[in-house]
Amino acid sequence: MRSTSKLFAALAVFAMALPATVHAAGDAPEIEAQEWSWAPPFGQFDKGQLQRGYKVYKYVCANCHSMNLLSYRNLGEPGGPGFSEAAVKALAAQAQIQDGPDDTGQMFMRPGIPADRFKAPFANKEAARAANGGAYPPDLSVMAKARPHGPDYLYALLTGYEEAPDDMTMSRGMHYNAAFPGHQIAMANPLIEGVVEYTDGTASTPDNYAKDVTAFMMWAAEPKLEERYRVGARIMLFLIAFAIVMYLTKKAVWAPVHKRDHSEETKT
Amino acid sequence: MAHESTYKPSTGFERWLDARLPIPRLMYDQFGVFPMPRNVNYLWTFGAILMFLLATQIATGIVLAMHYQPTVDGAFNSIEKIMRDVNWGWLLRYAHAVGASMFFFAAFVHMFRGLYYGSYKAPREILWMLGVLILVLMIATAFMGYSLVWGQMSFWAVTVITNLFTSLDTLIPGLGTMLVEWIWGGFAVGEPTLNRLFALHYLFPFLIAGVVILHVWALHIPGSNNPTGVDIKTKSDTLPFHPYFTIKDGFAVLLFCILFGAFLFYAPNYLGHSDNYIPADPLVTPAHIVPEWYFLPFYAILRVIPDKLMGVLALFGAIVVLFLVPWLDTSRIRSVSYRPIFKWFFWLFVICCIALGYFGSQAPEGWKLLWGRICTIYYFAFFLIIMPVVGLIEKPRRLPGSITESVLGKPSASAVGGAA
Ligand code: HEC
Ligand code: HEM
Repeated sequence: MRSTSKLFAALAVFAMALPATVHAAGDAPEIEAQEWSWAPPFGQFDKGQLQRGYKVYKYVCANCHSMNLLSYRNLGEPGGPGFSEAAVKALAAQAQIQDGPDDTGQMFMRPGIPADRFKAPFANKEAARAANGGAYPPDLSVMAKARPHGPDYLYALLTGYEEAPDDMTMSRGMHYNAAFPGHQIAMANPLIEGVVEYTDGTASTPDNYAKDVTAFMMWAAEPKLEERYRVGARIMLFLIAFAIVMYLTKKAVWAPVHKRDHSEETKT
Repeated sequence: MAHESTYKPSTGFERWLDARLPIPRLMYDQFGVFPMPRNVNYLWTFGAILMFLLATQIATGIVLAMHYQPTVDGAFNSIEKIMRDVNWGWLLRYAHAVGASMFFFAAFVHMFRGLYYGSYKAPREILWMLGVLILVLMIATAFMGYSLVWGQMSFWAVTVITNLFTSLDTLIPGLGTMLVEWIWGGFAVGEPTLNRLFALHYLFPFLIAGVVILHVWALHIPGSNNPTGVDIKTKSDTLPFHPYFTIKDGFAVLLFCILFGAFLFYAPNYLGHSDNYIPADPLVTPAHIVPEWYFLPFYAILRVIPDKLMGVLALFGAIVVLFLVPWLDTSRIRSVSYRPIFKWFFWLFVICCIALGYFGSQAPEGWKLLWGRICTIYYFAFFLIIMPVVGLIEKPRRLPGSITESVLGKPSASAVGGAA
């Protein structure tokens, strides 16, 4: 009977591993896995990296991409870029936000406050398309979870701009990208050396921009990741300790039964 | 086993209650002294694991529903809001999503256990059929729950699956279309559809809970089967449910929680599809529309059949055939361990189901389509041909004389006296 349970267990594990192959299959280009600071089970975001990533987002990507699920206050919350309260207020105030209606029924503009959402570059989808040659720059809030391979893909995409191979005819306004499915993307390479000035000593290279803004997008998609790992470690530890105690109790409860069986077996 | 009640109310209050609503007596008889075959292995703990998971799903689900917004514009963002701004919202949402996968995983193990040990045979036919009914309700519940996210996969899964009903148009023109528009509450999948999916997703788990009560009732009439498939003969074949199985089930639930936790805390999106983090867009069809992993075997059966109506019939047939299993199996022997020929077909069937899961995730073309078809044929042949025929021609191995004998490896000296 033991072997049957084992066989069941082995097949169960095999079946659980299947989704990995399922995700790997498909016609998208190979994506290389990177080493990220937030790898499970104990990883954390690098605050400096998230702050740099925010800077890249703000000065480059935010010209086209919204991040509607984020508010300025998030930038100062635990487990994130860790901007100080004053810095968050200052960052928010740099945006002009439409508010209203006021007492006279008019809409008006005011500087942003930490509770405001990140200001979107376009009023609506149609305006975003019109400004980008018909292509829609998607919202980046949960982008790190919305593509197979997540952050590995985003990094590969942002560093994947190359000369198109000779045998490939590119459509008008399209750019060759090694990581993008189909290789033709409407977004031009946004990360040119020096577009953002880093002030913390990190080299201002496209590769660093790509890594940092990817980290920022990962945090934006999973702002509770650090809390999840932390709570997870405690609960897992508790479960394992409890399981050991439970196992020993179970053995103790069953011991008299097994002892009696044993004496029955040896009785002749 | 149905047995004489041995409950003795010990306090005045218990006597008072016993004469009015004898819940303590029920608990004592059914979960205290209830006689369990002493040789059941850890596969018999999955019933308890499923109970735990059903409770978890209902508890997390009710709290999620307090924050969820069933509108086309609000659904996706309300879930993200839960994950970001509701206290412990990320834990609730991921526990509910991963919990659904865990639920199906446990149910599949539980069902294969039943198939292997012949737990569907007399006198447990109704017990088995109630189990299949639970599976049907689980499938419906999970499908509706997945749609509530209102991501790309949610939306297109609802579109594809509800559109299956239009295949009825080939039988009676207009019938399918009428039915689909009635289900949608409009001329396309939209807000009325989302609202009814939410209402029903809230309702169905309670139907499941109701059927689970019947399921356990039906279990407690004949009592549990066991790995030998031999009936309980004497008291020495059994142990009381408490403390022996309460403690064993408790331990197993904890082990299962460790597996659950590993996914929940470290890979909550591993079992899902990344496309569902893209808000639903009726104008953009995803490159591959694939359901959650637990539906893949059924999805494979649907897609390998070229005709839409036949595909739908096969899809339903794959579940209907499970209801008939107690009458398709002609063998007198319950446990596959004592069936030298059927054993091979059984394990081939398990592999076939896993393979169907794989083919369900792939585009149906080339060798995958061919093997998908072969597996589909084997799936039905296993139930409709192999089960009845092998049962008639096979010569089973010798069964142990009793459960006690199988545990001790020889007839028990005190078996007649009843040692337990
Ligand atoms: C000039 C406008 C513009 C800027 C600046 C820009 N993007 Fe884009 N981005 C687009 C457009 C347009 C698309 C849609 C491309 C398509 O679908 O072909 C896009 C698509 C994307 C995608 C989705 C790719 C996919 O798999 O579908 C990601 C991720 C992305 N951009 C990230 C970024 C990041 C990070 C930055 C900042 C470093 C950035 N973008 C800067 C216009 C822009
Ligand atoms: C909500 C889901 C379910 C719950 C909560 C549940 C609960 C239980 C419990 C508590 C038991 C007794 C313990 C055990 O033997 O494991 C049991 C037994 C059983 N269940 Fe389920 N069950 C569920 C789904 C199913 C399904 C989908 C089937 C398959 C058709 C099924 C078939 C059986 C059978 C045949 C038994 C008797 C096993 C034996 O005695 O050998 N159950 N169930």
